[in-house]
Amino acid sequence: MTHVLDPDALPGATPAVHAPLPPYDDVIRSDSAFRAFLHGLPGVDQVGAEARVAQLGTRSIKTTSKAWAIDTAISMVDLTTLEGADTPGKVRSLAAKAKQPDPSDPTTPRVAAVCVYGDLAGVARDALVGTGIHVAAVATAFPSGRASRAVKIADVRDAVENGADEIDMVIDRGAFLTGRYLDVYEEIVAVKEACSRPDGGAPAHLKVILETGELKTLDNVRRASWIAMLAGGDFIKTSTGKVTPAATLPVSLVMLEAVRDFRIATGRQIGFKPAGGIKTTKDAVKHLVLINETVGPDWLHADWFRFGASSLLNDLLLQRQKLRTGHYSGPDYVTVD
Amino acid sequence: MIGNDRLAVRKTYKLYVNGAFPRSESGRTYEVTDAKGHFQGNVAWASRKDARDAVVAARGAFAKWSGATAYNRGQVLYRVAEVMEGRHVQFCDEVAHAEGLSTSKARAAVDAAIDRWVWYAGWTDKLAAVLGGSNPVAGPYFDFSTPEPSGVVAVLAPQQSSLLGLVSVLAPVLATGNTAVVVTSKERPIPAVTLGEVLATSDVPGGVVNLLTGDAEELGPWLAEHADVDGIDLTGAPVSRAMEFEREAAGTIKRVIRPPATEPDWTADPGLTRMTPFLETKTVWHPMGV
Repeated sequence: MTHVLDPDALPGATPAVHAPLPPYDDVIRSDSAFRAFLHGLPGVDQVGAEARVAQLGTRSIKTTSKAWAIDTAISMVDLTTLEGADTPGKVRSLAAKAKQPDPSDPTTPRVAAVCVYGDLAGVARDALVGTGIHVAAVATAFPSGRASRAVKIADVRDAVENGADEIDMVIDRGAFLTGRYLDVYEEIVAVKEACSRPDGGAPAHLKVILETGELKTLDNVRRASWIAMLAGGDFIKTSTGKVTPAATLPVSLVMLEAVRDFRIATGRQIGFKPAGGIKTTKDAVKHLVLINETVGPDWLHADWFRFGASSLLNDLLLQRQKLRTGHYSGPDYVTVD
Repeated sequence: MIGNDRLAVRKTYKLYVNGAFPRSESGRTYEVTDAKGHFQGNVAWASRKDARDAVVAARGAFAKWSGATAYNRGQVLYRVAEVMEGRHVQFCDEVAHAEGLSTSKARAAVDAAIDRWVWYAGWTDKLAAVLGGSNPVAGPYFDFSTPEPSGVVAVLAPQQSSLLGLVSVLAPVLATGNTAVVVTSKERPIPAVTLGEVLATSDVPGGVVNLLTGDAEELGPWLAEHADVDGIDLTGAPVSRAMEFEREAAGTIKRVIRPPATEPDWTADPGLTRMTPFLETKTVWHPMGV
């Protein structure tokens, strides 16, 4: 099946990389074919996207629904520390918090994962053994992604060896903005291969960070989402958290529409992770509403949806305490991290 | 076209939270009349969520305000008095309407309110000397105590005295380095709204004072129970419910000022009684050299 007219395509020029799932198996046969496919994706109505999320943001989620939303959101948090000043001690204390977010209430659910730099993945792994909490590591010269491919691949292998079972990679925004889409694609494919384990264990899950704040337009966000999904990413993720704007609701809407369309076309379900800028329970609940209304309840699970966040968890815990005790809580009643 | 043809420019009386003038998140307003029952304005009717936002703002402002030097705090508070002086006529008019006072009595109340700011402004850098000091101890230690602010203080302002009473409960909280969430007089809130405008334009950092126009009976329990409030002044609380508020405040061991049976005479010399409740004493033992 050919999606676009492609006068430049040479016979036999198909790149020797992993082919996307049908019916998109032919879109990467050449640079120009791939560009034509991506630019042929329907344009995003930015005003419409903003109006849609503004309208969904007015939904009032109260009482038992709010309690459910808070617990669900906690169980979807990728508790993150990505600072130059990270120490093994800090990662261990974060792991302790991941296991028991609110020591004053043991019924609080655990978070989904702890997200650290690759060199600390082993520390997190040791601290989380047997808990079912995943260890995510950022790799590929995070957050800029400015390094040679060999370095990026080595970075990924190192994180996987250290015990990460989820890898958060960044795409090469320079290549994307230059229009070298196939380079971006091939790099994701190469990273995906590097996620496999030499001992034959289950390969690490791959989350592909688009860094939407640097892509500038929603059309670009849609194109980058498709590149990541076609290349075999398991999750698409908005941002590194180091660039603003990060996970805005219109961006999330466009990415969720992309994963929805991709599953309809190929049958493969891709996860979604907004990260950066989600600081309050209200923001989190708005995202849950957006998921339910855009892709449906299939995605309302930590296997398919994550919040990349650090300060969000404390706000969720404060709101949870408010619901439990009936009075407002304060920052003295959650950890300082 | 000047004169009776001019359309009236009616004022929207809003809250003062975090240095801004928002409406109540609830969208509620209530009608305020003067002492004779004439309509004065529609005033924002703060909800518990406004109180919650105000506490967050006050907590955010605390580090900077309590960390400022006492001298600097005094300068800022004196500046408030200066700006109030510039609004003297407006305050007189609003106090006269709110409390049903004659022009001369309203003027006396406003004068007293401004003087009270000046008086408290002068206290900021003297408190440590008066309330703290070095302690004689049996050991080779230099031992001294200093007063430190408690944190965020909720103030239920007096219901009768709309400006002098308000200043008399608010200024001591600020002079000692605390930040404040104030629920104003319900029936007489307009001078408090104007005071908010004064505070917004007189170097007081946003969030240090948050003024909520509304009902102390409604907001009192939320502030008394709030885990991030360190003290509560119940002066304007309904006497019948004050005990209940105090019990709720005990849950997080707040400093509490109990309400008087009847509203006191605010013109009397205030003394230190309103500054000491919202101070903690820090004592340091410092080893002495030989």
